[in-house]
Amino acid sequence: MDRLMNFLVSPVLKWALLVLAVVFPLISDNEYHIYVMATAFIWAIAVYGMNIITGYCGQLNLAHGGFFAIGAYVVAILTVDHEWAFWPAFIAAGLAGAIFGFLVGVVSLRLKEHYFAIFTLCVGFIIYLLLEKWEELTHGSLGIINIAPPEGFGLVDFTETVPFYYLVLAFLVLSVWLVSRLSRSLLGRTFLAIRISDDLAQSLGINLMRNKVLAFVLSTVYAASAGALYAGVVRFIGPAEADVVHTFDMITYLLVGGIGTLMGPLLGTLAITWLTQMLQSLEEYRMIIFGPMLVILVIFFPRGIVGGFLTWRGRRLANKASQQGQDGKSQTTVNTPSTPNADKQEAGNNA
Amino acid sequence: MLKISNLTKRFGGLAAVNNVSVEFPANQVNAIIGPNGAGKSTFFNLVAGAMPPSEGKIEYQGMDITGMAPDRIARLGVARTFQTTMLFDQSTVLDNLIVGHRLRTQSRLWDVIINSKRLRDEEKKCRSRAAEVLDFVGLSHIGHRYIADISQEERKRVAFALAMATDPELVLLDEPAGGINPEETENLADLIRKMVKHGITVCLIEHKMDMIMSLADKIMVLDHGEKIAEGTPEQIKNDPVVIEAYLGSEQDVEA
Amino acid sequence: MDLFLQQVLNGLTLGSIYGLIALGLTLVYGILHVPNFAHGALYMVGAYVAYFTMVDLGLNYWLAMIAAGAVVAFLSVLCERLVFHPLRHAPPIHDKIAAIGILLFLEAVVQMYWGADFRRMPTPYNEILHFGGLTIPAQRLLIIAGAFGLMGALHLYLKKTMTGATIIAMAQNREGAFLVGIDANRVAMMTFAIAGMLAAVGATLFAPINLVYPAMGHLLIMKAFVIIILGGMGSIPGAIVGGLIIGFAEALGGFYISNEYKDVIAFALLVVILSVKPTGLFTKGVR
Repeated sequence: MDRLMNFLVSPVLKWALLVLAVVFPLISDNEYHIYVMATAFIWAIAVYGMNIITGYCGQLNLAHGGFFAIGAYVVAILTVDHEWAFWPAFIAAGLAGAIFGFLVGVVSLRLKEHYFAIFTLCVGFIIYLLLEKWEELTHGSLGIINIAPPEGFGLVDFTETVPFYYLVLAFLVLSVWLVSRLSRSLLGRTFLAIRISDDLAQSLGINLMRNKVLAFVLSTVYAASAGALYAGVVRFIGPAEADVVHTFDMITYLLVGGIGTLMGPLLGTLAITWLTQMLQSLEEYRMIIFGPMLVILVIFFPRGIVGGFLTWRGRRLANKASQQGQDGKSQTTVNTPSTPNADKQEAGNNA
Repeated sequence: MLKISNLTKRFGGLAAVNNVSVEFPANQVNAIIGPNGAGKSTFFNLVAGAMPPSEGKIEYQGMDITGMAPDRIARLGVARTFQTTMLFDQSTVLDNLIVGHRLRTQSRLWDVIINSKRLRDEEKKCRSRAAEVLDFVGLSHIGHRYIADISQEERKRVAFALAMATDPELVLLDEPAGGINPEETENLADLIRKMVKHGITVCLIEHKMDMIMSLADKIMVLDHGEKIAEGTPEQIKNDPVVIEAYLGSEQDVEA
Repeated sequence: MDLFLQQVLNGLTLGSIYGLIALGLTLVYGILHVPNFAHGALYMVGAYVAYFTMVDLGLNYWLAMIAAGAVVAFLSVLCERLVFHPLRHAPPIHDKIAAIGILLFLEAVVQMYWGADFRRMPTPYNEILHFGGLTIPAQRLLIIAGAFGLMGALHLYLKKTMTGATIIAMAQNREGAFLVGIDANRVAMMTFAIAGMLAAVGATLFAPINLVYPAMGHLLIMKAFVIIILGGMGSIPGAIVGGLIIGFAEALGGFYISNEYKDVIAFALLVVILSVKPTGLFTKGVR
């Protein structure tokens, strides 16, 4: 049992997952499954973005789907109406995510908790309305067709499912890698302090606005990049991409997998995507299950699959360590460099 | 250390803190007491920069910090704890403390991306500082435990440690002994004395009178937002105005 | 001039409905500090219950309104008991997500039973009245009279009854209310029931001049949020005044500026206001 547990948290698991992802197209001869997997990866990238601002930084951003749509539309408009190639348009989409994210962030992040959530809900809706009504720019409710696929420079053809799958996988790995760096770093800890409380973070000398805007911009760049990839594979988009339902879907993925955890966004997205696939007939009514599931999760398992597991394991380890500590009459586990004058302090105290 | 002149904070027409002037000398325990709703917490919030004063001036080590953002004040060496301890339940004690030293570091997003030497050094520094302060508050043996699993008194100590990790010179403690038993209160008082012994100036709000009387070097009494007395515990104990204020409210002096 | 008056009338109609919905939202926020994202779904369920009672059961409009009010009030209390009550000590992000879960669930259920089609709700009041150059459909008058009548009744309830007074006391000071020994559970349930009832009656009033469909609550709930931010979250007069402001802004803006973008007006207003004053227009200073 312990060995299994250790395996589940060791880096081995992540490598195993990666190997599995790499060989997936080779063992699956169903092209549709590969396609589903690739789109799930795209959503997972966006969910990683949401995890940065909502999971680590604690700000519920309900405009996330809107930023996804912005990325998709930038690629669509540039490649269709301005005949750009995909890759320059992809970079432009990331930049657009950053710029809009910065502008929205600077205004919205001054707002606390509920105000921020409501404000971003409205921002998401404004994005949706603009995409639908601004026909000169966005083609209105008709949407945009014939979006350019990512060009493979004569080496690969990304209109084929398998090469596209690997392209998306590469982006996913990049995304997870960056978040893993971030979450372990001082910067990640800074975000977490903000999640606990604005007041606490400030009392620790953390500049709230600067850090929140940074987290927000990172998240919108993730969302916009995912949207851009999505446009490149689907090659047809409409205002519905900005529907708030997509944001709610992403919240579900995040919560199921584990909010504020590293592997949560990926596992949650994959689990729900395949669950939905299996219950195909349910597609339209999936929310009859997912709605109550969200409620049950936040009440009973607020940390999702990964978070729940980590807490359980961490506690076991901590208890075991304490027991050992008591048995051996010494403090093990904590490698505390002792303070030079600690003894003196104690002596002073008793005096 | 801390010099406050004519400090006033009004909410609408109501003055929560009214024209308070006081000086808190360095290297001792300064206490602020008063009945419920006397404006003690507001006073703290003003000093820590959590809200701007309506009028008046706050000087810290001769520097005017009036209206300064709380994070800047923290970087100048003013740390604080809160009435309710805010910690991250789902991680360990030690993990909670590492961020405390963040304000003395420089790493940015780029350092994270390239995993720069600066970042690695600073993380090492934060980690060892966390271990040090944990040791200081006498909790090194529970560094690996989850916050959710430790006692109320231990949480208070972790909150102290977090404040200490910022390398402060002045620490503001908001009801440090709230919600813990008398014996633990005594231990916490010892810890506060230890902080002063290490060159830290302490300012605290507290309801537990016997703790204050034995701990404080200087006491300021607030009532209805105004300073009604200041002095040594001995002076305060015998001040008729203070007794009047306490009897007038439901607070028990000997509580 | 007549055209202008016509828009004022439209604004009043919209504003009174917005006010009604925002009232429920602001009451719930005042008591539990939950921004109930599911409130728009309750409104939608109210419209469907009324529709179902009238069209399928063949009952009259007023009975339909009572049925909708009762069903949704019950549903609302159920949400409080099963979802928000267990989450009262959870981090604020949790009850927002739970509210979204309820919203998704209710919409999916309604869509499963009645489909996603747009439906038109019948009303017995089809007359069109004329005052000078003004054309006034009777249903609009009913909306205005009904909404303000309900607000008046709510006002009396909150001022004259014990439960009403405790609701106000708890909205103003939760801790204090506990000290005084108010039964917080009962107050919370009562508040949710009132909020649900207001939403359902509002839906029954408004639906005949609008359409009934599963997503009908989306836009409305967002506008209601804009309104209570405008009016100060938890403030009762704020919700009514805010509702009227948004109603008029939309009617006049839609007519004189752009009908296409009239739905953006409320949100643009919110963005501008919050950019200037992050805590909303009429918030009290004390936290």
